[in-house]
Amino acid sequence: MSNRLRARQLGLLIASNFREIVREPGVLFWGIGFPILMSLGLGIAFTKKPNEIRKIAVVTPFEMVLKDTVVVSDKHLGSTTFIFEKMSWDNALVLLKRGNFNLILDQKDGQLQYHFDPMNPDAQLCFLKLSRMFQGKPEILPENAGQIQPLTVSGTRYIDFFIPGILSMGVMMSCMWGLSYGLIDKRSKKLLRRMVATPMKKSYFLLSMITVRIGMNFVESLLLVLFAWLAFGINIHVSLPALLLIFMAGNFAFAGLAVLVSSRTANTEVGNGFINAIVFPMMIMSGIFFSYHNFPDWAIPVIKLLPLTMLADGVRSIFIEGAGLFQVAQPILILTALGTLLFSAGLKVFRWY
Amino acid sequence: MLEQPAIEAKKVFKSFKTVQAVKGVDLQIERGHFVAILGPNGAGKTTLVEMIEGIQTPDSGEIKVLGKTWKNHSAELHREIGLCLQDTRFIDKLRVIETLRLFGSFYGLHNDRVEEVIDLVGLDEKRRAYVVNLSGGQKQRLAIGLSLLNKPAILLLDEPTTGLDPNARREIWAILNRMKEESNATLLLTTHYMEEAEQLCDYVIIMDQGIILKEGTKNELLGEKKSLDDLFIDLTGRHLNE
Repeated sequence: MSNRLRARQLGLLIASNFREIVREPGVLFWGIGFPILMSLGLGIAFTKKPNEIRKIAVVTPFEMVLKDTVVVSDKHLGSTTFIFEKMSWDNALVLLKRGNFNLILDQKDGQLQYHFDPMNPDAQLCFLKLSRMFQGKPEILPENAGQIQPLTVSGTRYIDFFIPGILSMGVMMSCMWGLSYGLIDKRSKKLLRRMVATPMKKSYFLLSMITVRIGMNFVESLLLVLFAWLAFGINIHVSLPALLLIFMAGNFAFAGLAVLVSSRTANTEVGNGFINAIVFPMMIMSGIFFSYHNFPDWAIPVIKLLPLTMLADGVRSIFIEGAGLFQVAQPILILTALGTLLFSAGLKVFRWY
Repeated sequence: MLEQPAIEAKKVFKSFKTVQAVKGVDLQIERGHFVAILGPNGAGKTTLVEMIEGIQTPDSGEIKVLGKTWKNHSAELHREIGLCLQDTRFIDKLRVIETLRLFGSFYGLHNDRVEEVIDLVGLDEKRRAYVVNLSGGQKQRLAIGLSLLNKPAILLLDEPTTGLDPNARREIWAILNRMKEESNATLLLTTHYMEEAEQLCDYVIIMDQGIILKEGTKNELLGEKKSLDDLFIDLTGRHLNE
């Protein structure tokens, strides 16, 4: 077959895979719309509001005279509005469990008693502010507490932390579900078997799937960053070569993993299990939604070796710290090598039927 | 030099874990013949065809296709074989014409051959339809069309009409009969429909439990019997569809 005909074969394979994706509205929503909605939701939820509301359940009988609403404020920390509601102990406990109230307050022998989960940082803060207010000091900060110097540099908000994480997670999810599940599904439908009964170049088939997937990931990520820039003003003056290379390396690593995971089974339910077993731990541990430094110290070196952690940390350092190519060269090389290794292993054991 | 048979199998055995699917089958199919392998489910028909197709390797024995074994000749043989499987699903959101063009590109074919095939299988009106929106019969006609794209020397059809209604089945037979008249291809068909074997094929091989029970032309096989089903009952004590 001439080179021109081979190029036509590859072109038609790429076009077919592309059409398969874009003609499915659900794929577009979950690939592009959902990450944007998630970043919007979490961005709004984790943006500090100028006025925080905390609801306190007051257990009757309560001897102290309380207003229904008390506001304490600070020019830097914003204000906190305490809303007090009187109710029975049983009712208060139910509403605390549901998350409707932050703390339960009652009196025993004339002493105030605060009931809350001491391990919950939000409840702790609520207790500190509330107890200070009852000591007759309506300001949030104690005297001689030092001076607050608000940080105004970009990259310190939750959304700045979150966007690189969700961009990296999008690459992983798209490769694992789009490629892995796609291959298993095609094997279960006997389509792979039918295709290899022709003189089709097998490498072209996998290459076309990976090319389309990386192209889609690029568009999805671009739209996500554009949205985050417009909605939240994230920093986009970053090193483009570094960002592009780590993005490609991450795609390559997860494409290799996807081919390996999908190399044998023809059962979509088994495939589901395999994919979930790989993506869920990484999604939780790799610092996508919260820092992995919340995990025990012994676990952190292991977490740092996960491909999603490397990708997310690399992308984050480019967006937040202004890292350049040199600073992210190590994860780029490791992710590329990992992709090569996993892809080669996957091809070696790959079953077409 | 004598022309090699289209398909030749010598003392072929194949087992899967505890099941012996094919037990010492000998087979020779000459070029240009239309041959049916008739047998109930579990007879070993599909395993035999998969070995001929090259996706299974015999445990022992030898299979030659157009005088060649699959080892070292797979690229050449893939160009010569057309394949249609029972209920293969193609890419749902690809149009009929796009699917044919895609498969055509695997053989280095251009759009004129795709147009010929779309006409041959009567899907011209559905050329812009997504595969997912085709009826069962139309999907199977597309599958037959894909198997005919490369003008194969050998066409392997594994239960091509199973699950189709009688009308759709007759449409498939009409396409294959037209191919029989217009080309010199060899056809090997597995089926458990006697009528299909009788309609399409001039040579019938009856298989059960991994062995060939009897083979010959329809007239040779039938003899005094009214139908191939009667013959099958005579040979095994069971109906074909059991």
